[in-house]
Amino acid sequence: MTISWQPACSIEIIQLRAKLLHVIRQYFYAENVLEVETPILCHAIGTDPHLDFFATSQLSGKQQALYLQTSPEFAMKRLLAAQTGSIYQIIRAFRNGESGRLHNPEFSMLEWYRVGYDLAQLMDDVELLLDRLLPADRFAEPAERISYQQVFQQYTGLDALQFDRGIYSHSAKRLGFSEAINICTDDHATWLDFLFSHCVQQHLGETGVCMVYDYPACLPSLARLNTGKPLTVARVEVFIDGIELANGYHELADVKQQESRFDQEIALREKNGAIAVSKDLHFLAALQSGLPDCSGIAMGIDRLLMVISQKNHIDEVLAFPIENA
Amino acid sequence: MANYSTSEFKGGLKLMLDGDPCSIIENEIVKPGKGQAFNRVKFRNLKTGRVIERTFKSGESLEGADVVELDMQFLYNDGEFFHFMDPESFDQYQADETAVADAKLWLKDQAMCILTLWNDAPISVTPPNFVELEITETDPGLKGDTSGGGGKPATLETGAVVRVPLFVQIGEVVKVDTRTGEYVSRAKA
Repeated sequence: MTISWQPACSIEIIQLRAKLLHVIRQYFYAENVLEVETPILCHAIGTDPHLDFFATSQLSGKQQALYLQTSPEFAMKRLLAAQTGSIYQIIRAFRNGESGRLHNPEFSMLEWYRVGYDLAQLMDDVELLLDRLLPADRFAEPAERISYQQVFQQYTGLDALQFDRGIYSHSAKRLGFSEAINICTDDHATWLDFLFSHCVQQHLGETGVCMVYDYPACLPSLARLNTGKPLTVARVEVFIDGIELANGYHELADVKQQESRFDQEIALREKNGAIAVSKDLHFLAALQSGLPDCSGIAMGIDRLLMVISQKNHIDEVLAFPIENA
Repeated sequence: MANYSTSEFKGGLKLMLDGDPCSIIENEIVKPGKGQAFNRVKFRNLKTGRVIERTFKSGESLEGADVVELDMQFLYNDGEFFHFMDPESFDQYQADETAVADAKLWLKDQAMCILTLWNDAPISVTPPNFVELEITETDPGLKGDTSGGGGKPATLETGAVVRVPLFVQIGEVVKVDTRTGEYVSRAKA
C-alpha cells in the first residue's frame, strides 16, 4: 500500500488561507484590537453538555490530565478581567468526535472580544470584518438580522420561547420529522436544536450573510439575559449558505449566574452519561474580580474558507484532515 | 447481531430499522455549534428498495442486520418460487415473487445474478447490469432502415418488453441495460 502524504487541499487554498489570516490581522490592527495567545493545553475545560474534549494521559503518577481547549473563551476572559482592553486570537480548537462535512476534530477559530460593545455593536463589527473577507458577490447586501423567535416562527410555525410538547410534537409530524418526538421528549432545548437544524438553518444566508440574534433563554451558553426581552439571551449566530459560521454573546459577567450555569451543565452531563468535568476555578475567580462589559464572538476559519472557495466539504480546505493527519 | 452506534454509521452499513433490513446510503452529522448533535441518515430498505430519511440523537444505536450479498446462478422458476444456487457451495435458495420483483424480467436460466440474503433468506435479486436476450416477438421492421430512429417494442424471451431499432428482428439476441431497461446493441455473435 502506498501512503498518501500529500495535502488534501490545493496549494491555492493554502494561499487563500494565508491571505485570509493576513486580512483578519490587518482589520484588528487598524481597529486597535490586541492580538493575544492563550494556552491550548489547560487544567480545566468547558462544561458544555454537548461538547466532547481530548484529554492528555498521565505520564507520571502525580501529573494531572490536561485538556485540549474546545475554545479559548475562559483564558481570554481572564485577560479581559486583567484590563487588556479589546482582544482577538486565531487559535486551534479541539472537539472530540466531531467529524463530517462541516466538522474536523481540530479546527481554526477566530475569537474576539470588544470591551464596551453590546450585541448590536458586535453585529456591526462582524459585518465590517466579513465585508473585507468575503468576495463582493457573496456580500452584496447588508447582512440580514432576524431574531431567533421570528425566524423559528417563519419556518416551523412555532413560538421558540413558549414550549408546549403537544404543539411541538404536532408540528414535527407535519414537517415530516416524527422521530423528533421520541428524541426530544419534554426537553425544550433539544426540541429547538432539532427543529432549528433540520427546518430553519438551511434557509439562512442563502443570498448573503444572516445573523440570528436573541436566542431563547434555554440556550444561554455564556450569554447574558436580555433586559426588557424576557426569555431571551443576548446571543447571536452568523450563517452563510446555511452554514453556521460564528457564535457570539454579550458576555455574562455575573459570577453567581455563571457558576449556577456550570452546575446545571455539569448535572446535565452527568444525566447524559458524558465524561465528568469540574468548573474552571481560574475563570470564576477572574469573573469574581470583575469582567469588563464586553461582547465576544468565535468564527470558524475553515468554514469561512469553504464559503469563500465554494467547497462542499471541510476536508477540501484543510491541508491534512483528521483521516490523513 | 451487534449494535452499531451513530459514530460507526457509514455508507453500506446494514442495520435494522422498523423491523426491516436497511443499508445506509448517507450519514450526515447535524450539530448546532454548542447544541445537541444529530445524525441525519439516508437508508435504503433492502426489502422494498424505498429510500428513508431518519434522524438520530448522536450516540444512539441500531441493531445490525445479518445481510449478505452473494453471486448466485438462477436455476429455474417453478411457478411459485425462483430457485438459485451458490456455484461454490452448491447451496440452493428459493426466492418468492416479492423478493425477485422486477429482476424476473431479466433472469434467464443459468444466468448469474446477486442474491441478497437476510437471515439466510433471499430478500432481493440484482440482475447483471447487462444481459443478452433473444427477441421472441416484434413487428417486422422496414427493410433497409438502419437509422435506428423511432424504434418499436420487442418482447424478449424472459417476457420483458424493450424498445429496439426498427431493423432488429425476431430470433436476434440483443444486449439490454437492466438498470434502465434500455436496448444497447445487437449481441455480438
